[in-house]
Amino acid sequence: MTKHNRINSAIIHIILIVLSLTMLVPFLWMFLTSFKTIAESTQVDPFVVFPQRWNADAYTNVLNNMNFLLLYKNTILMIFFRIVCAVVTSSMAGYAFGRLKFRGAGFAFSLVLFQMMIPSQIFIIPQYQMISKLRLPNTTFALVFPGLVSAFGTFLMRQAYKVLPKDLEEAARLDGLSIGKTFVLVMAPLTKSCTIALSIFTAVFAYKELMWPMIVNTDKNSLVLASALAKMQGQYTSHYPELMAASLIACVPMIILYLVFQKQFVEGIATSGVKF
Amino acid sequence: MKRQDLRHTTERNVFFWGWVLILPTMVGLIILNIYPMIKTVYQSFCKTGDFGRGNIFIGTANYAKLFSDPEVWQATLNTFKYMVVEVPFSVIIALVLAVLLNRNMVGKSVYRTIFFLPMVAAPAAIAMVWRWLFNSQFGLINNMFHISTHWISDPAIAVYSIAIIGIWSDIGYNMILFLAGLQEVPKEYYEAASIDGTNGFQKFHYITVPMISPTIFFVLVTRIIAAMQVFDLIYMIMDRSNPALSKTQSLVYLFYQYSFVQKDFGYGSTIVVLLLLLIMVITVIQVFAQKKWVHYN
Repeated sequence: MTKHNRINSAIIHIILIVLSLTMLVPFLWMFLTSFKTIAESTQVDPFVVFPQRWNADAYTNVLNNMNFLLLYKNTILMIFFRIVCAVVTSSMAGYAFGRLKFRGAGFAFSLVLFQMMIPSQIFIIPQYQMISKLRLPNTTFALVFPGLVSAFGTFLMRQAYKVLPKDLEEAARLDGLSIGKTFVLVMAPLTKSCTIALSIFTAVFAYKELMWPMIVNTDKNSLVLASALAKMQGQYTSHYPELMAASLIACVPMIILYLVFQKQFVEGIATSGVKF
Repeated sequence: MKRQDLRHTTERNVFFWGWVLILPTMVGLIILNIYPMIKTVYQSFCKTGDFGRGNIFIGTANYAKLFSDPEVWQATLNTFKYMVVEVPFSVIIALVLAVLLNRNMVGKSVYRTIFFLPMVAAPAAIAMVWRWLFNSQFGLINNMFHISTHWISDPAIAVYSIAIIGIWSDIGYNMILFLAGLQEVPKEYYEAASIDGTNGFQKFHYITVPMISPTIFFVLVTRIIAAMQVFDLIYMIMDRSNPALSKTQSLVYLFYQYSFVQKDFGYGSTIVVLLLLLIMVITVIQVFAQKKWVHYN
């Protein structure tokens, strides 16, 4: 490596390290604050960076006051059913749009594209009114409701089916398999990576959603992690060790999943950038 | 004759299966999206009765109110201010990072992991920790730099402070999309340019940007739409008593307040129709403008 190149690469590393620290500091600060006492967290002269004694009081308080097991359960159920619904309906529609030529397909697909371009807030009031009329607020169904089908998923799965080779499908049809069986037994297993990408994408966005859960599930036993955090902020106002402890408890499982399945996460999100 | 019959049955068969397979999605889209959209537009011409019950058709009265409502204009301005800062910074920083990381280097995957981290954290948690970092008395930022900026309660800067959080949250996501776009640029282009003696900046300007301009366009369009819908951060950071609230609340925040706090679905619908129109206009402008700078092969 030449001297010039070495200097270049050092500069690049310095830029990347500074930016990495900027990304990490909020998480570190969340972690450090959660182990401080309130007095320590609001001490400025001198300003306290590391807690003098690592105490887990904030965690005990938060765990006593909030039922995190229930919050996890509600969040996981919402994510699980949204994934199942999105994967099943989008695979079916994606296969039909990607591989079959039939009358009305063009128009039907234009509805899918149309939905993708409209800001989702436009649907929220009527969706809420439907849930309310069905007397279903504060249920898992209410949380899953807007995600029963997925226009984005349909678009994604259509791309996945479109690029599959013809011969397998033709062979299966010549063997006398119906279109339905060809889809389930032969074609669907070939879209595994795209299905995983769609699942991860669905999970991340469901986990991050705040407005919809806040609107439909207001009962304290039907909250999800995001809406529970929003609610507790009002109650704990300046008890930052508690707020940070709760934030960390809410974030850690997803972060661990991300660190373990990093490749799939990155691919899952990158596929959302598929070009039209 | 027989052959034609067979073709006819296959065609009918395909038609049958095609519709069976798309039926759940189509029914879902109609119930969850098409009907709600029509209803929202209809409700924007209605007055909502007490406790959110009943629609009384009142023509364009909501729109008349909207156009003379200073709160709505301020919220529109706030939304634009947020978007105009959040989108360019998060896109440019992400693009530079993607270019820096798109090579064989030590620690590449570690950097990528770190930049992407905010993407998997709940926005509610992100907002809380930033609120704490921004705290004017006890916050890390002010104490580290020995300043006393009122990041989130000074009406002049609060919306930009929130944009900083937005940038921080979105860099990793944009970067991943750019890295995916960069994979498609043939390496020979850079090799040829190196032989011609071009430097890094020239390569970036003459090869990278034009080659991944479709990705840049896609990221810009989607980021602008997302920024126009900013809500979570503002909802979590701005208390009702915050003096900067009126200078930071976005259109979606106002929509939420009217629709789900005051239960005025009529006016809430009118605000969200305004948002839809604004997003449509911006997107159409971008689609026309792309012809000048986006290169598709």
